[in-house]
Amino acid sequence: MTRLHRTVILAAAVVVLFFVSVLLGSYTVTIPDFFTIVVNHLTGGARIPGASFIVMENKLPRAVLGTMTGIAFGLAGALFQTMLRNPLASPDVIGISSGASAAAVVSIVVFGASGAAVSGAAWGGALAVAALIYAISSGAVRGAGRGNAAGSRLILAGIGIAAALQAVVSFLMTRADIRTAADVLVWLNGSLNSANWDRAGVLFLALAVLVPAVVLIAGPLRILELGDDTAAGLGVRVNAARLALVVIAVSLAAVATAAAGPVSFVAFLAGPIARRFAGKASLPASALVGALIVLAADFFAANLAPLLLEGTVLPVGVVTGALGAPFLLWLLVTANRKDA
Amino acid sequence: MSTTTAGTAAGPGPQVPAKAPGGPRRGDVPGRKRAAWLSAAVVGLVLVTGASLAVGARDVPLGAVWQALTAFDPTNGDHAVVHARIPRTVLGLLAGGALGLAGAAMQGVARNPLADPGIIGVNAGAALAVVTGIYVFGVASFAGYVWFAFLGAAAAAVVVYLIASLGRDGATPVKLALAGAALSAGLSSLMNVVLVSSQDTLDRFRFWQVGGIAGRDWSVLLPGLPFLAAGALIVLLSGRTLNGLALGDDIARGLGQRVGLSRAVVALGVVLLCGTATALAGPIGFVGLVVPHAVRFLAGPDYRWILPFSLVAAPVLLLGADILGRVVLLPGEVPAGIMTALIGAPVFVWLIRRGKGAGL
Repeated sequence: MTRLHRTVILAAAVVVLFFVSVLLGSYTVTIPDFFTIVVNHLTGGARIPGASFIVMENKLPRAVLGTMTGIAFGLAGALFQTMLRNPLASPDVIGISSGASAAAVVSIVVFGASGAAVSGAAWGGALAVAALIYAISSGAVRGAGRGNAAGSRLILAGIGIAAALQAVVSFLMTRADIRTAADVLVWLNGSLNSANWDRAGVLFLALAVLVPAVVLIAGPLRILELGDDTAAGLGVRVNAARLALVVIAVSLAAVATAAAGPVSFVAFLAGPIARRFAGKASLPASALVGALIVLAADFFAANLAPLLLEGTVLPVGVVTGALGAPFLLWLLVTANRKDA
Repeated sequence: MSTTTAGTAAGPGPQVPAKAPGGPRRGDVPGRKRAAWLSAAVVGLVLVTGASLAVGARDVPLGAVWQALTAFDPTNGDHAVVHARIPRTVLGLLAGGALGLAGAAMQGVARNPLADPGIIGVNAGAALAVVTGIYVFGVASFAGYVWFAFLGAAAAAVVVYLIASLGRDGATPVKLALAGAALSAGLSSLMNVVLVSSQDTLDRFRFWQVGGIAGRDWSVLLPGLPFLAAGALIVLLSGRTLNGLALGDDIARGLGQRVGLSRAVVALGVVLLCGTATALAGPIGFVGLVVPHAVRFLAGPDYRWILPFSLVAAPVLLLGADILGRVVLLPGEVPAGIMTALIGAPVFVWLIRRGKGAGL
């Protein structure tokens, strides 16, 4: 199978999973009903009582938002990992998610914000922390002038800032009313429970700008992978290209986090899994794997978990976190095999 | 390839190693300067201990503080306030010292200047165990949390160590970091499942989660003492072992060390220390990371100095952070665990900019 074939298979899997999560689950819709509902909704025809509302206002926006969130996280993670040449680099690890979290929690707890205001705060927090981390790491590099020191510093600065912001979040959790704290916890885990068309629309507009930008930057990224010096020799303006990459990757992570909260591990997992499946680091495959992870995890969180947990709908991020742990362990085991 | 590069960020980087055992060491600090810094740290320790008894939301004149310690009068309100600050101060000293020692030893075991005791899953294990204690057994006091937290921390550390020991070359630093990260992620997901479905559990857990030394009385503190003493003894005696390990596994082996065994013994001491500290005070970040770093800068690369120095310097940071937290948001308090992170993060960033993290 060629790489293209494998990418097509991934895309087909995303489509199948998308329809599974819309049609099946705690409320089942037949395929003819689904098309009747959508066509009638668009043409203003008769609505099927109950089913129309559940599909159009709940299941469909949820699946759409989940798919786009997964694509954005998958791309962001793959960009970071390729750019920094480090599979541990992802928006969760380098502190961008914690910037979004801290800003969102401040807006909820201190200013009583909800809905779009929280998303806006999360977006701003992610960008602000990213700028701070970039400033810290790039300032130091000029003195050191070592090959990939910029990447390592970026990760380290992110870890430090993430830990401090985490402390702020924990502190605000103790200051909030318990009901607010419970809402905050759901947001912090990353959840599609409050998906609606407004959020999906905003994320769609953002991706409509960012995805073409990723396509444009993919070429220089491939050359940057050869190392900064080689890339400079091949005529790539290394600093400009790296800055553009950082801006795009951070923006992707920021808009996804604003839409659904910091869904853990998706950005971290998508790249390595896509690489194993497609045989080579691949941005489209990473995006598709990201979408697959979010859709599958959310189907479990929204439909299967309530059966086990007396009706609690889990935030999707709890499930992706639980998936991430065995994957890390598997990395460890395969590394062992290589050593032995 | 990604499987082997996976550990690079957490990976090894022999830090400030000696060129040859016994020979002149890179970054070594003259003995007199080292002793001067150590005495300065001891003086600092005495000062913050005094300040911790004297400073707080209620203004107590220094004379009254002294009287409360020498001639305690139970009917005097000022004296009662000072007395209430004693267990808190003692806990600050114990937990701070334990975290500093554990951090220094952990950086030696993991041969990574950025290793934190939390890296072996201690915090996540303790947190999940405390959540279980609250949710399943209805525990509601710091005294009740202690045992759950300690068992959780110890169990997580043992599991991490066992997973990392799989394979022929045993528990290498990279595998320890990866196994710790993986287990922490899994455990905190489980924890979140419980917290999302039970608001009551969240309501109690969130106050443990911030980490602090306030509100614990002697009944919380005393059970921890034997564990702290055992851990401190193990770690303080392993200075030479850590010096050997810092040279790399092969050289250490060549010097006649049993690398796997000595690493496991030091790790046991680390777990006793930071497991108990976390059990007593909740998760407190950055003390175990920043203090050994700063100490290495002042005392050079010899673990026989780094360990006792960290033991003295870390409580200065923790108690200092706690004192700041008492006065910064009057009439409320900011828990010590928050203050150490807020103070520690800029220091950490400064260390990165100075290039100490470049060995990564």
